[in-house]
Amino acid sequence: MTVSSASDLQSFVLLRLGERRFAISASQIAELVAPSRVFRFPHRTPKMEGVILRRGRIVPVCDVSEALLGKRLSSRRFYLITARQYGTQREWVAMPVSGECELINAEVTAAGESDAPHVAGWLSHDGDVIEVLNLDTLTPGPQEMLAEVVTPSGPEARP
Amino acid sequence: MRLATPSKTSPAKTEQIILFRVSGQLFAVSSASVQEVRSADSMSGAATEISAHGIRKVRHVVRRGDRSIFIVNGAMHFGLHPASAPLLFVLRKTRTALLIDGIEKMATMTRLQALPLSFCHEERSWYRGLTALDQTVIPVVRPDGFLSSEELALLDAALSPVEKSSGEGLDVAGSEQ
Repeated sequence: MTVSSASDLQSFVLLRLGERRFAISASQIAELVAPSRVFRFPHRTPKMEGVILRRGRIVPVCDVSEALLGKRLSSRRFYLITARQYGTQREWVAMPVSGECELINAEVTAAGESDAPHVAGWLSHDGDVIEVLNLDTLTPGPQEMLAEVVTPSGPEARP
Repeated sequence: MRLATPSKTSPAKTEQIILFRVSGQLFAVSSASVQEVRSADSMSGAATEISAHGIRKVRHVVRRGDRSIFIVNGAMHFGLHPASAPLLFVLRKTRTALLIDGIEKMATMTRLQALPLSFCHEERSWYRGLTALDQTVIPVVRPDGFLSSEELALLDAALSPVEKSSGEGLDVAGSEQ
């Protein structure tokens, strides 16, 4: 039996999407807020729903449930506002979640080569093995533009 | 007693914008970018049909002096449902006239926020950014984002020989409002 030292433990926020729980490093979380009006406008980026106004800032809303669960959330209770790194720039991205979130300390196991790109690692909590999410691959960003150059497909506009 | 000199506060940089609708969706454009507002009917006599492969949003072109101005259907450009578009914005320093539903109002924009980097497809060329006005977020369009240089080249190639004499210059000469 191995005993984890305090230095091995990292802080994560557990979030619920439908019936499943996922984890995100606590260092990437800004806040959890009640749903507010989503302002939609035409665009062509998959997963992006629109933007919300939060403390005078315009925050994009990205629904990752379809990528993670294969379906959209039937109910959303909160927006988890995460900090997404784009090169040297850090921006907020709001993710709809379907339940309350929980802050935990856990030891993380690094992702393996066979894991999906959105998996940054694994942790064990309450008898569950939980995926730690890699926001940089889960939410759209400049890497999608690079991919688009390789496979130019024109998705429909999402007003 | 000497009073402290009041600190000078520089006035916030503002910009006049026109709020307009395309297929019911609200957009904004800098009023300085709009050279003319015309009814689509008033242009119909001068417009000739054009068909460039892969550019369905442009069906008509009008001659202005020695230039050709392409009439862009705003709804098709943004991928919105087609709607009647009785008005035209002739956009300054472009070769674009934009078909719109109508003008909502004029307003003053005090802050333009860059489009969040999560939006990473064509919309990055469509919009200068987003602005919050009366608790609503409105995309501010980029006047030169309606036709790319590749599209302009295709449209120029599709012009009839008479219209091909048009120059490649930017500004549309003379306002006829």
